[in-house]
Amino acid sequence: MSGPRTTGSIRQRLLVLLLLGAAVIAVLLYLVVQSVARQIAQESQDNILAASAISILDSTRVKGGELSIDLPYSALSMLGSVTDERAFYAIRLNDGFLSGYEDLPVSGDYGGAATAFRSATYLGEDIRIASTRRSFSTDEGQALLEISVAQTLAGMNRTLARITRISLLVGFGFFVLSALMALFIARSTIRPLHRLTESVSRRGPSDLRPVAAPVPSEMAPLVLSLNKLMARLQYSLTRSEDFIAEAAHRVRTPLAILRTQAEITLRRVEKPENRQAVREMIRAIDESSRTAGQLLDHAMVTFRTDSLSREDVALHALVQDTVDRLGPLSELKEVSIETARLDEAVVPGDAILLQNALHNLLDNAIKYASRNCRVTVSLARSPSQATITVSDTGPGFPDGGSVKLLDRFARGDNAGSVVGSGLGLTIVKEIVLAHGGEMELKNNEEGGACVVLSFPLA
Amino acid sequence: MRGLILSIGLIWLASLSSAFEVEDHAVFGDQDAGQVLRIISTADIAFFEPMILSYLESHPGVAVDYTVAGSSELMRALYDEGLSFDLAISSAMDLQTKLANDGQALRHSSDQTQDLPDWAVWNEMVFAFTQEPAAFVISNEAFADLPRPESRQQLITILRQNPEIFHGRVGTYDIRASGSGYLFATQDARTSDTYWRLTEVMGTLAPKLYCCTSDMIEDVASGKLAIAYNVLASYAEQSEHADAFTIILPSDFAIVMLRSMLIPKSSQDPELAAGFLDFVLGQTFPRGISPLLQSNSLEQANESALHRIRLGPGLLVYLDQFKNRSFLAEWENAILQE
Repeated sequence: MSGPRTTGSIRQRLLVLLLLGAAVIAVLLYLVVQSVARQIAQESQDNILAASAISILDSTRVKGGELSIDLPYSALSMLGSVTDERAFYAIRLNDGFLSGYEDLPVSGDYGGAATAFRSATYLGEDIRIASTRRSFSTDEGQALLEISVAQTLAGMNRTLARITRISLLVGFGFFVLSALMALFIARSTIRPLHRLTESVSRRGPSDLRPVAAPVPSEMAPLVLSLNKLMARLQYSLTRSEDFIAEAAHRVRTPLAILRTQAEITLRRVEKPENRQAVREMIRAIDESSRTAGQLLDHAMVTFRTDSLSREDVALHALVQDTVDRLGPLSELKEVSIETARLDEAVVPGDAILLQNALHNLLDNAIKYASRNCRVTVSLARSPSQATITVSDTGPGFPDGGSVKLLDRFARGDNAGSVVGSGLGLTIVKEIVLAHGGEMELKNNEEGGACVVLSFPLA
Repeated sequence: MRGLILSIGLIWLASLSSAFEVEDHAVFGDQDAGQVLRIISTADIAFFEPMILSYLESHPGVAVDYTVAGSSELMRALYDEGLSFDLAISSAMDLQTKLANDGQALRHSSDQTQDLPDWAVWNEMVFAFTQEPAAFVISNEAFADLPRPESRQQLITILRQNPEIFHGRVGTYDIRASGSGYLFATQDARTSDTYWRLTEVMGTLAPKLYCCTSDMIEDVASGKLAIAYNVLASYAEQSEHADAFTIILPSDFAIVMLRSMLIPKSSQDPELAAGFLDFVLGQTFPRGISPLLQSNSLEQANESALHRIRLGPGLLVYLDQFKNRSFLAEWENAILQE
């Protein structure tokens, strides 16, 4: 049987989607952490620069009509306090240079704020400049004093590099964690499906009961459909079995009448070729009625195994009884049937079915055995199981006991002219399996067929 | 002294035709050597010679060209005139910092520089290799009947109580003429108010002002001075007349100046310079194997009282013209009272 057509796996799709999502979030996380950190680092540097510039501005006062600037030591030393930074400053009055680094870029736009910031390149390094200004009234009138303080970015770059490393780690860690969770989620999402599959495929061939185990709500429609399908199947199966049984039953009586008539006719007919024709007719009628009987048997077996009763059945008594019953038939066929070993064994099961199985088996053995054959039945009991062995000294199974013989309506190549439906061994097998036992077909080493039935004791 | 050729002279100055003032000049090692390390330094040849000789022993193919100049002359040579030197050695920490801060120095990083204490390196550009504390140097004779001043406060008291002994016999740097003096004074003033009181007390005693540490030491040794304030202890310990005076590291705080090196960006052989720099640092850290003179008083000093001048942009503050002007004005006000 070829597998169903598939379009990818839900689990894989789920996993890929979850991982993609996680990757996107991880990258976003990295970018957000990065940009927030950059902003904070920039702000904290700006704050230090602004503090420095303001402290210089605060140290300025008008003394005797002139500006006096007492540059605080901390104004510049604070700039190199954490990391070694190059620091620059410029003091300008009314856009004229007073002190510090004359060519330090001027901070541009204050935009209404007290402090202006800008980035620039100075003396071969990237710097950040903070500027602040205040108006003083001196002898020469109003003067606008502007202080600019600048710093290289070594410390900030180092901080940023560290933050980049950390945010990379955070992003990566998040991704790994998400991946693990995605695996887990994908797995647990699929698990109910697996469970359903398992419980359905574990069922016996004729188990068509509805699925009763609870399933997630998304799977309920599927299970509902499945249950409906199985119910329909069960219904149509039952109907066809009923139909067959009914048909077999109806055909049996007319066949019996037909046979009687044919025998009466046989007595009357004298021409050898006509007698031969009538005999053929009787044979065909026999075969048909036997088939009808076995179809009935089979329907009975199917019905009883569906609701198997489990009473204690004394196998040894059953074997003996069946052998006794078949005595006349075996004598007729000139086949001797004997019980070799008969351990006492009691198994739980349906006595009628078990007897039917044994009957079918022995009937088969007698039927296919040639004249003067010997059929041996034995019952052996081991601690865990009871084993019934039926062997004969006939021609044995073709192919050493092919499993094919167990199929319905299959008959061995050597069945020849023997009347049979091909249902016998199938019925036996179904009964044995219904009792949890096993059935084995094989040929004896010294010739002859051998069938072994084993039943668990409890 | 194998392979050493020492030439001292100012002939070289003429050929250089430079504007900055050279105080001294010498070439060590094989003059035909393929590599010449050109050093400009504020340290006397005698001071640095042992280090150079020790270096040449392990580097025979190198000659060292050593030029001595004052700290502001050194600044002029490198900063204003852009002359090429491979290594600049100076005790003027502020000027060294300014050179580095203004992009006149090359960065250098090696295994050797990784292990330096924080105070000994700034921005991978300026590397300190000596610690030189500023001390009181007192004449034993003048203080025969006086208690030993252990701190600035005690010194103030002693000076106030004995004007007859100390009048005209107190010496300190003229911080207008001496870079080191200015550095010590500004750091003193930054650390404690006591400095200004001490300066005012000295001002009442007609102090003598000096350009150089060695002159002060000589005058204390000869008895011309009873006390010199802010003298480099390492120099004083080396004096031939060291038994005539006592060196005291003030117990309240002792300013420690760091002599430092940097590789100017004009260097023609930065790798050679870096090698020499690492050699000097290797001799200096861990403490003890440097052939340079080391201060005994520093070894004995209480570490918590040592106030090492921190390399960094803070030093630029006192180079600011406003700051410089107002500090000098205040100092003159205090010390020149006559």
